[in-house]
Amino acid sequence: MKVQSNNFIPAAQIAIHDVDLQTAVSFGTNSGFTKRQAAMFAGGEAHGQALRQQAAAIKRHALNHLADLLEQAEANMQANGIQVLWAIDGEEANQHVLEIARRHDVKSVVKSKSMVTEETGLNHALEAADIAVLETDLGEYIVQIGGETPSHIVAPIVHKTKESIRDLLVAKANMPPTDDPGEMTQFARQLLRERFLAADMGVSGGNFIVAETGSIGLVSNEGNARLTTSLPRVHVALVGIEKIVPTVADYALLTQVLPRSATGQAMTVYTSLINGPRQPGETDGPEHVYVILVDNGRSHIYTTAYAEALACIRCGACLNGCPVYQVTGGHAYGWVYPGPIGAVITPLLTGLENASPLPYASSLCGMCKEVCPVDIDIPRMLLDLRHDLVEMGQGGAVWNVGMRAWAWGNSAPGRFVFGGKVAARAANWLKPKSLPGPLGGWTKYRNTPKFAPKSFRQLWQEREQERKGVR
Amino acid sequence: MAIVDRPSPKGKRVSLFVTCMVDMLYPETGMSVVDVLEHLGVEVDFPLGQTCCGQPAFNAGYRAEARQVAVQFLKAFQDAEVIVVPSGSCGAMVRHEYPHLFADDPRWRDEAQRLASITWEFTEFIVDGLGVTDLNGRLPTPQTLAVHDSCHGLRLLGLKQASRTLVGSLENATLVAWDNSEICCGFGGLFSVKMADVSGAMLGKKMAHIEQSQADTLVTGDVSCLLHMNGGLAKQGKRPLVRHIADVLAEGIHKVKK
Repeated sequence: MKVQSNNFIPAAQIAIHDVDLQTAVSFGTNSGFTKRQAAMFAGGEAHGQALRQQAAAIKRHALNHLADLLEQAEANMQANGIQVLWAIDGEEANQHVLEIARRHDVKSVVKSKSMVTEETGLNHALEAADIAVLETDLGEYIVQIGGETPSHIVAPIVHKTKESIRDLLVAKANMPPTDDPGEMTQFARQLLRERFLAADMGVSGGNFIVAETGSIGLVSNEGNARLTTSLPRVHVALVGIEKIVPTVADYALLTQVLPRSATGQAMTVYTSLINGPRQPGETDGPEHVYVILVDNGRSHIYTTAYAEALACIRCGACLNGCPVYQVTGGHAYGWVYPGPIGAVITPLLTGLENASPLPYASSLCGMCKEVCPVDIDIPRMLLDLRHDLVEMGQGGAVWNVGMRAWAWGNSAPGRFVFGGKVAARAANWLKPKSLPGPLGGWTKYRNTPKFAPKSFRQLWQEREQERKGVR
Repeated sequence: MAIVDRPSPKGKRVSLFVTCMVDMLYPETGMSVVDVLEHLGVEVDFPLGQTCCGQPAFNAGYRAEARQVAVQFLKAFQDAEVIVVPSGSCGAMVRHEYPHLFADDPRWRDEAQRLASITWEFTEFIVDGLGVTDLNGRLPTPQTLAVHDSCHGLRLLGLKQASRTLVGSLENATLVAWDNSEICCGFGGLFSVKMADVSGAMLGKKMAHIEQSQADTLVTGDVSCLLHMNGGLAKQGKRPLVRHIADVLAEGIHKVKK
């Protein structure tokens, strides 16, 4: 997927004035946030925080032993009859899928939701090879027929209203007009069911890979992931290398935390552990199962100070909680992963110079860290990325000069007092309705701050003088 | 109540770090802080060498510039026994960031750690530091108040209860619960300049929440949030009802409870 993150500010500006988007994102994020809060702390604050701590510890332990766990996972998956492939980048991952498709004479593919295939642009690669591909997650299906990209990690069409979804289904899928979400879902369900039955290959992501058993863990609510991974002859799972967890017990803990954080459910409707292809004597399941372990920049992150970002389990809680995401939606972030975690990993995966506004797309309120089920210190990473940008000389000429002048003025009390007086005089003399230069945006939404006629230090010194006089 | 594992500040002279914004924009709030502390029998001192904590540069990624300004803070407060600051944000800068900022600087590392350990946010100092939960004060007229939890105070210093305890101790004050107390107003320092439209949209949401609160006064511990929210309300022709907690408390202590 093409990176358009340097366009964040104008894209956000457009989103802010998009009434439909505002209605939909506000409703969706608020609902996700509230449900998460209720589910996470249903057993009390202490229990919820303990779950977070355990989840955080498991993911950090897994990251600390990543290389060994990957080898263990590979060996155990192979022992289960799963064919394991490695992809250094998106291109190689797509080539693997195309090669598998050729090998098994695949004409038609059904997909369940996978963010890593958004990174690799798999759908385009399949279509270019004349292989029909259909997204079967309802949200992803709507994204696909609308020619869009997902705007949220777990709720791909959180930016769309019910009405815009209706219009799209009527226009692109010949749905008989209806306003009822239940009827719309039934319509899509019928349509998807036929394609499931006809598909040669199912492509899924993977929420977890359990190293000790060589299993693929998937959570889903619509049943489409189970159909995708069991009906077609061939199942291919593309999984980021950071999704490895050591044991089934770890998996069990994380599957408590993921749905609670993502959708506010104690458990998703379908929670699957896939242990390989159809065994002799079994009546269903694919004949061939492949797992493609995708790096695509992750091992680079692993070598940096930002390795902790790889602990992310893609729950989307930081998106729902983020006051910036709540007003911009996801597309403004310009790549696969939006919101606070996207503001961290987009620059890391695609290059800081290609996503330089994102580290600044935060008021540093800290909500993302508060709601993160694995306690990733996103605000600190954003601060560190800003520092990296300045070190790279990408701070911006105006800011470079301004900051140097500001630091000079604030590193001696005499200059600080003098600077304050000049600013106060200028402000009180000019009485500007709007501020100049880069400060102009401030006065669009807020009054110009007023300097006090006497600073605190003047008031204090006058008081001290008076007291001395009295004595 | 925040967990305090720092030297007790009781009976010590307080050096006030008033913050650059209070110094230039809200000096009366600084005087309110002094009034409340002196009302509690605390000796207050104002080191004249102080400027800013350095957070604007730090948050913008300019660490060399932040260090340059922070060094001035370390110099200004070198004789301090206890530092009190009427801001959760500037307090968090000193408490959390200074030790990182000077971790590799042998000249300033120890002093940065010492000053971090003796720095208290204003309400936290009174309630957790001094153990005072009732100011024995009274507001001139009955008022309904809600609290806006400033993000850095809430999430970096663990402040939540102290401000409510103190406001709630005033006669004539009715504290109302407010669902949106923990939602950012969108200020974020330079964020409100760099991403003025996004910040403005966040402010718009916050102002809608303020209207739903039914409060006469919205109390906050940071003048930066106050500047932002009142600036937005005034721009829309609405009553700027946000006040710094020190001003509310100072008003209360001028009248003793009946």
